[in-house]
Amino acid sequence: MKVGYFPGCSLVGSAREFNESLQAVSRLIKLDLVEIPDWNCCGASSGHAADHLLSLALPARILALAEKTGLRDLLVPCSACYNRLITTVYELQANPRLKSEVRELIELDLKLDVRVRNVLEVLKEAMEADGSSRIAKPFAHRVACYYGCLLVRPPKVVQFDRPEDPTSMDELMQAIGAEPLDWAFKVECCGAGMTLARTELVAKLCARILDDAVARGAETLITACPMCHANLDMRRGDIEKAAGRTFTIPVMYVTQAIGLALGLGPKELGLHRHMVDCGPLLAAATQSSTVNLQS
Amino acid sequence: MSRIGVFVCHCGENIGATVDCAQVAQMSSSIPGVVHSVDYKYMCSDPGQTLIKEAVKEKKLTGVVVAACSPRMHEPTFRRACAEAGLNSFLCEMANIREHCSWVHEKGDQTTQKAADLVRVLVEKVKRNRPLRPIQVPVTKTALVLGGGIAGIQASLDIANAGQKVILVEKDPSIGGHMAQLSETFPTLDCSQCILTPRMVEVAQHPNITLLSYSELESLDGFIGNFKARIRKKARKVDEKLCTGCAVCTQKCPQKKIPSKFNAGLGMRTAIFVPFPQAVPNKPVIDIENCRYFKTGKCAVCQKLCPAKAVRFEQEDEILEIDVGAVVCATGFDVVNTDFFPEYGYGKYPDVINGLQYERLASASGPTLGEIRRPSDGKIPETVVFLACAGSRDRAKGIDYCSKICCMYTAKHAMLYRHKVHSGKAYVFYMDIRAGGKMYDEFVRRAIEEDGAIYVRGRVSRIYERDGKLIVKGADTLLGGEPIEIKADMVVLATAAVASPAAEELAQKLHISYDSYKFFSEAHPKLRPVETNTAGIFLAGACQAPKDIPESVAQASGAASKVCGLFSQDQLSREPLIAAVNRTAPPQYSSCTGCFLCESVCPYRAIERETITTRGGKPIRTIARVNPGLCQGCGTCVAVCRVKAIDLDGFSNSQLYAEVRALA
Repeated sequence: MKVGYFPGCSLVGSAREFNESLQAVSRLIKLDLVEIPDWNCCGASSGHAADHLLSLALPARILALAEKTGLRDLLVPCSACYNRLITTVYELQANPRLKSEVRELIELDLKLDVRVRNVLEVLKEAMEADGSSRIAKPFAHRVACYYGCLLVRPPKVVQFDRPEDPTSMDELMQAIGAEPLDWAFKVECCGAGMTLARTELVAKLCARILDDAVARGAETLITACPMCHANLDMRRGDIEKAAGRTFTIPVMYVTQAIGLALGLGPKELGLHRHMVDCGPLLAAATQSSTVNLQS
Repeated sequence: MSRIGVFVCHCGENIGATVDCAQVAQMSSSIPGVVHSVDYKYMCSDPGQTLIKEAVKEKKLTGVVVAACSPRMHEPTFRRACAEAGLNSFLCEMANIREHCSWVHEKGDQTTQKAADLVRVLVEKVKRNRPLRPIQVPVTKTALVLGGGIAGIQASLDIANAGQKVILVEKDPSIGGHMAQLSETFPTLDCSQCILTPRMVEVAQHPNITLLSYSELESLDGFIGNFKARIRKKARKVDEKLCTGCAVCTQKCPQKKIPSKFNAGLGMRTAIFVPFPQAVPNKPVIDIENCRYFKTGKCAVCQKLCPAKAVRFEQEDEILEIDVGAVVCATGFDVVNTDFFPEYGYGKYPDVINGLQYERLASASGPTLGEIRRPSDGKIPETVVFLACAGSRDRAKGIDYCSKICCMYTAKHAMLYRHKVHSGKAYVFYMDIRAGGKMYDEFVRRAIEEDGAIYVRGRVSRIYERDGKLIVKGADTLLGGEPIEIKADMVVLATAAVASPAAEELAQKLHISYDSYKFFSEAHPKLRPVETNTAGIFLAGACQAPKDIPESVAQASGAASKVCGLFSQDQLSREPLIAAVNRTAPPQYSSCTGCFLCESVCPYRAIERETITTRGGKPIRTIARVNPGLCQGCGTCVAVCRVKAIDLDGFSNSQLYAEVRALA
């Protein structure tokens, strides 16, 4: 399976482990990622607040470059990038005048015939095609799948999964041997881009998410969004201060969990880059598998 | 040779102020065939009509054109006048020079010219009119009522009390419908069963009503006054005549854990069952999907114990063929499939229930005998949250329309809860309160002011379980949009009312139209609210749109009066403006080639196949024939006929061509 690939800024910066684990998993499950040459920032959380036309032109340039590769699908792993790109397709398809305006601005041909796809959709397809048989070490943990806001909303634009109760990540986790939990905050907001301006608000929202996951017995949170990961992982100190308690639960990318199940090492998957240590979780896994071996 | 009279009306100033009527009369007099042309201030008045009648007689007119208002307004008036003067009424036509001319144009020569043109067109048409006679069709004076809810019951009783025969068909084992499930009714809080069950009994005992419970319509053919209904009487597996309703079978049946539909899944029933103790008829039915005898071949406890020996495992479905003259469709509604909003956890949390389930909890005949106890553990809930608009007015996930009944029943629910659990807290989340109706708003105010229901204006985003409580997350949009969380013990969703799942199929069987929500369409939203577009089929109750009890009953009585009006005549008289297939002398018999394109396009299924035979009965060829009872004169068949074998009386091809040519 060959798809165009737009990593976005996060995946080469604060979420480089998302990129590393995605690349490592892709190699194993024969998912060929063709990076879009000369890509730019999608505008993410600030672009659309600043200028409407700019917020469409930035993703449009990426889409135009993706079209040039001739590939039908464009994988956009970051939820914020995914949301901006798919919104751009939606808005420009509905408004031909705006589309020609944008085309002039980016000075590139724009057909809007590329399918913008998120990491869950692509992984599901690739795993079904070539991944499930390669599971070396089932990821036997109770997990809370956290989708965040941007993967499923707004429903009429993204048209992905059930907006209020998505299941695609849960199904992926089930396929690698994990036990996805039924919990209340699958699609609640983590505070996203407010992380710099209103840190205390983000801390409060994230505390509720962690609290519910822990209360239901989750061993780890699984996410597919660099922003969510940064807030739940990097802001852990602020979260604990807001909650008045400690949380030891780690937050992993969906690709890292899949990578572990496929037998990749923690380092290859960038697990050492997290603020909250995944070590205890992995140790527990090793122990239990040792026990299994002995018995 | 035609002798046409033209009568130009001023309609006071309506036409006269804009069109020079005298000149129109003057111009019309020179049209070939016109022998009389006059104008008058009010042609529809008595002297005006006399003018027409006298002219018809004196000038021996063969056709009349009245240039005045819309034929919708006064065509019957002028046609009657002509008929009184001895002219076939279908030789009188109207040129609409008011709505089509004076009302939409400025005063001037062009406007007068247009009025004259309109007259000329109609003169050319009238020259080609031929005398027609109204069609007489006989009427079978038996009404078929589909659905035994309150609407069907009311319609049946009204028709039966007027002395006509009724066949009431109900798909469930008992009549009563949703109303039988309800606890108390707004705005008076009288017990639903107490006001309904006497009517159910009346239906069963009425000499003019034949009740076919546990039966469904298979097909309906024919036309107004002359329908043929095929009804499937589903096998009860119990001989209704022998059964005395002693209930030994239902007490002894070993299969006791089947969710009861009547109790909205909150209670259990046996495999041989009567839906509820007050059922009419009070005769059990065996549910063969769950019956041990039908699954394993063993058991037959009911058969062994029945003192009347009424159990019949071998009984089969029966098909009844019945002639009826009119149909009242009263098949009701359903509540929405709750998968629309997984965020509310319906189906996941047992204490999140819908309005119909709450009705069963609050009903004295319900699974808790009227005590408000939550389904999960039977405890009395201390805090209950009611959600209005669960699916209604929700373009994103639910349905666009307002379900209309929820504001009132939610107020009632909160009120009943507060009456039964004095220490309990009742919260109601709402968008707007829509309580239009007699004593309705007062009722809601009473729930809030006297019974202390806490109304929160805002939507609920999520419901989830935490530490044995249902956490209801919402917003109070009246007080600065603050997010609020309520720890509830039970949540009641006022789920949207939708068309019943079988509505679409039934509409196609009846050949009536329905809207995009699968509710049946009335013939006119304001002026013909109980008729359908198919003559002889009427609507009552919530199969047309969500309705409360008073509205359903009112509409049912309306439909009943339409049926009685229809049955007051021995023969029906219909306008003869219908299509006909031409017939010619042998060996052709007709220019129809028998392609039956017309059959496939006719929206009224009026095209029949007619086989022409020799005198000896040998078939020669098959051609189309128009059933005059079914044809509504729409002309679609005329348009598609490739050999012009079909023509429409009163609007024939030659008449329409002549009209167009008159303008050239």
